[in-house]
Amino acid sequence: MARIHQPNPGAEGAEGAEGAAGTDAPGRGTGRRKAVRYAVPVAVAGVAAATIGIGSALAKSADPDLPRISAQDLVAKMAASDTQRISGSVKISTDLGLPSMPSGFSLEGMGEGKSGGKGDKGAKGDGSAASPESKLTELVSGTHTLRVAADGPDRQRLSVVERAAEYTVVHNGADVWAYDSASNTVHHSRNAEHAAGRQQAEPRDLSKATPQQLAKQALDAAGKTTDVSVDGTAKVAGRDAYQLVIKPKQQESTVGAVRIAVDAKTGVPLKFTLSAKSGGKAVVDAGFTSVDFGKPAAGAFTFTPPKGAKVTEGEPGGPARDGHGKDGHGKDGDQPLGKGLGALGLPGGGTDSSGTRVTGEGWASIVELKGADPAKSAKGAKAGEKKGANDKNAEAVLDSFGSKVSGDFGTGRLFSTRIVNALMTDDGRVLVGAVSKDALVKAANAAHSGK
Amino acid sequence: MWRAESVPGAAAGSAAQSRPAVPGWHLSLLRNEILTVFRRWRTLALLGVLAAVPVLVGVAVKVETGDGGPGGHGDGGPAFIAQVTGNGLFLVFTSLAATLPFFLPMAVGVVAGDSVAGEAGAGTLRYLLVAPAGRTRLLLVKYASVLVFCLAATLVVALSALTVGALLFPLGEVTLISGTTVSLGEGLLRALLIALVVAASLAGVAALGLFVSTLTGSGIAAMATTVGLLITVQIMDQFPQLDAVRPYFFPHYWMAFADLLRDPVTTEQLWRDLGLQGLYVAVFGSAAWARFTTRDVTA
Repeated sequence: MARIHQPNPGAEGAEGAEGAAGTDAPGRGTGRRKAVRYAVPVAVAGVAAATIGIGSALAKSADPDLPRISAQDLVAKMAASDTQRISGSVKISTDLGLPSMPSGFSLEGMGEGKSGGKGDKGAKGDGSAASPESKLTELVSGTHTLRVAADGPDRQRLSVVERAAEYTVVHNGADVWAYDSASNTVHHSRNAEHAAGRQQAEPRDLSKATPQQLAKQALDAAGKTTDVSVDGTAKVAGRDAYQLVIKPKQQESTVGAVRIAVDAKTGVPLKFTLSAKSGGKAVVDAGFTSVDFGKPAAGAFTFTPPKGAKVTEGEPGGPARDGHGKDGHGKDGDQPLGKGLGALGLPGGGTDSSGTRVTGEGWASIVELKGADPAKSAKGAKAGEKKGANDKNAEAVLDSFGSKVSGDFGTGRLFSTRIVNALMTDDGRVLVGAVSKDALVKAANAAHSGK
Repeated sequence: MWRAESVPGAAAGSAAQSRPAVPGWHLSLLRNEILTVFRRWRTLALLGVLAAVPVLVGVAVKVETGDGGPGGHGDGGPAFIAQVTGNGLFLVFTSLAATLPFFLPMAVGVVAGDSVAGEAGAGTLRYLLVAPAGRTRLLLVKYASVLVFCLAATLVVALSALTVGALLFPLGEVTLISGTTVSLGEGLLRALLIALVVAASLAGVAALGLFVSTLTGSGIAAMATTVGLLITVQIMDQFPQLDAVRPYFFPHYWMAFADLLRDPVTTEQLWRDLGLQGLYVAVFGSAAWARFTTRDVTA
């Protein structure tokens, strides 16, 4: 304990072997030696920092040289692509500009979430049951890593990589297994029987998360409303790719551009980027970080529920379904991602529930919902002003998310994200589209006068 | 003259310096050092506490699920706890996940912090230095013995968990977190790999502790500083506002060991973890060397 500080470091003398060996010039020499030695860790840290910096700079490798190709040929190449086997990792980042609402983007979710945070709770409740729908909602915000493998139309596998856990959906013939390792729960459904339509919705929804399907949907929207061109090349997941750029021609669209990187050899879309007209970070950025067109290991498509895992059967009317319905997502909650995509202006997202109407065309289409649910919640919130503190809160929440607008149609609230804007009128209609706020108000006016 | 000493790897150069060139000489020094570490009651108590964690977790899970209720509730609790009832091997992973954030590095911090400062405090450091070992070599031996403790501590947790898991729960084919099933043998192999990765993940905090230990003559102060630093960094690693620097905190990729339970195994995070530990070892190891070889040792 008693350590004596020597005033003169050079007088170290014969203390220790090193001291004896290393002091040829006492005093100044020791000071210099100290400085030189302390420079070593500093240099190590400096070299490491420089390496990291250079490494990330080098990561942006040069665009590959590829023969020129027309947009039409490229699209044809994509269409002709018959790649059945693919495996790899996909990174998907989404920044919709939603005010921190983890539970999603489905329209019901919006209505519910805003009228008192029920939507959030519902989504959390779902999380423990390993149903694919609830998991997909989580994909709609933040950055996620997926791992996909496919071998023909009957065998697919998709994993959502999480911290120390994984969520996996395995589709093999008639069986669809979903396994959530965090809660050790299994969700099983069969898509062979009469329920085929409903059950098949699951793998179809899942495949929408892959760049292929995203790209296809975007291309379907092409036409006179869209400008399709090839914009150079890029390197994606170590493969040479062409960049297909799709730009909406309509002024009112909020979509800036959709970029699809198409593999030069196989025609498989490797990366999908959706950017907003307002600029900034990409709204949706989904791309392979590694890809392999070989046959995936056969074991990848077999699944046996582990011992001790809770297995729920996904029969219509089964416990998992019921629980799901009760959580307030309703019928359309089953297809949150599809819905989300639909709202993003990509057709095929499935807005087939009754009481909806689509106006406008292409990128400027606006979906009009006459849902009773949003009407109730809006009216409930309105009436709540006279009621209690709880409803007052709901009103405050509603106000914090939306701004009030008025027009020929009456008054309503406008909710906006970076791509999708929604107008909720006080008489219970909801207009949603990937269009500017003005266009929404105009559409509401038109609908009003048309009645 | 001191230049030859300044390269830690230059064994040949330093051997020429009037040092008895007995083969395996520093092995015996290392053996002595390791024995000193493991003979301390403090070390044994730490290992005992670490061995008790899997017992506690195992018994708690067993009691909770004993009355037929479903195991695990999805959220809350350390990773993999939901799988423990179905397969005792998962107790190894749960225990490592539970002890890795604090218990394991704390034990390492205590041993590493004590390594040099403890000797200085007890007044034995000067005698160690009288032996013709050289400070660089003494420091390397000290660090090696701390690394041996890292491995021992991790293995104690893993083996204790395996024993408890085998006693309380069934063992059998292992369902990886990706949903694929592998044999118990492969599961055990993966468990061993995970234990090694966890032990390697502690190398950074060990180097940090060694550096702190060379700064002071009080063993307690060095231990407290190391553990305090560990806790501070662990807390700072939780703030999303620090996103820019978080990937450089030594505990940031600790949970990457779970990637060994995926199929196929993803290695990106694992390499980042090991690379980061290597960086910490290089920076704080050389800082400890710079300090230790130039400081005055009077106690």
